[in-house]
Amino acid sequence: MSADFGKAYFGRRYTLSASHRLHSDALTTDENRAAFGKCNNPHGHGHNYVLEVLAGGAVDPETGMVVNMAALDAVVRAQVMERFDHANLNLDPLFVNRVPTTENLCRAVFGLLKDSLPAGDIEYVRVEETENNFFQCYGAGDDSWLEMRQVSE
Amino acid sequence: MIYLTRRATFSASHYYWNDAWPAEKNEEVFGRCANRNGHGHNYTLEVTVAGEPDPVTGFVVDLKWLKDVIEREVLAAYDHRHLNLEVPEFAASKLIPTTENIAIAAWRRLEPVVTAAAEADSSRARLRRVRVYETPEIFAEYRGGL
Repeated sequence: MSADFGKAYFGRRYTLSASHRLHSDALTTDENRAAFGKCNNPHGHGHNYVLEVLAGGAVDPETGMVVNMAALDAVVRAQVMERFDHANLNLDPLFVNRVPTTENLCRAVFGLLKDSLPAGDIEYVRVEETENNFFQCYGAGDDSWLEMRQVSE
Repeated sequence: MIYLTRRATFSASHYYWNDAWPAEKNEEVFGRCANRNGHGHNYTLEVTVAGEPDPVTGFVVDLKWLKDVIEREVLAAYDHRHLNLEVPEFAASKLIPTTENIAIAAWRRLEPVVTAAAEADSSRARLRRVRVYETPEIFAEYRGGL
């Protein structure tokens, strides 16, 4: 019962704490306040984000796993947690010209992980900003902005 | 198409070990999960079926029926058992009871029953997804190989 049964999925949830401010330089002060409300507070605010990664692939018959959890954790730690945990998202190069909404954070995480998994492929990345709102990304879409930033760092 | 999910919990013990490997490799790959004395989890099983609501009852599937199927087909075999030693699909072939393999095994237990009910009554739903949480932060899912 492994490779013969096609694709399976392994999911993992991580918690990261970060601050952000929703603000666009393309908008006036009043427009920013109208668009982003409390989230436009000049000094920012923070969240305990929950990141959920679902990896899909064949189950390795030797291990019974789609992906080894310790190896996945190491990649997520290196690519995402060390970058964003206890950080100000607005100061990350990815968000210099992009509002660090959770939509954009979700796409950024997808882009940072998509070619880095030790096995399998990302089915989705989900980011929960609070218990009451979350975002799910099934593909990086036009992720040229991510590639550009990674090269320039 | 509506997706309907029923949740159930079971508690079981297991360990990870590949007999084809030396002990050192098992310990390196599986870490603490390779402790041969086993350890346990409170698993949460989520069973999702998909179909159209019946025009008379408004049900995609009768939840009581689905609950009974899950209890009979999965929980009766897994709950308060040692998966490696007592559950046939793992014990007989020494299949490692990883979360992925538990999700696949639960699917294989449920799918024939759900499909047979759907074939007997075309309004019934089909099994769409089985998700197994080993802890709230670790889970696996099977969708019939897709």
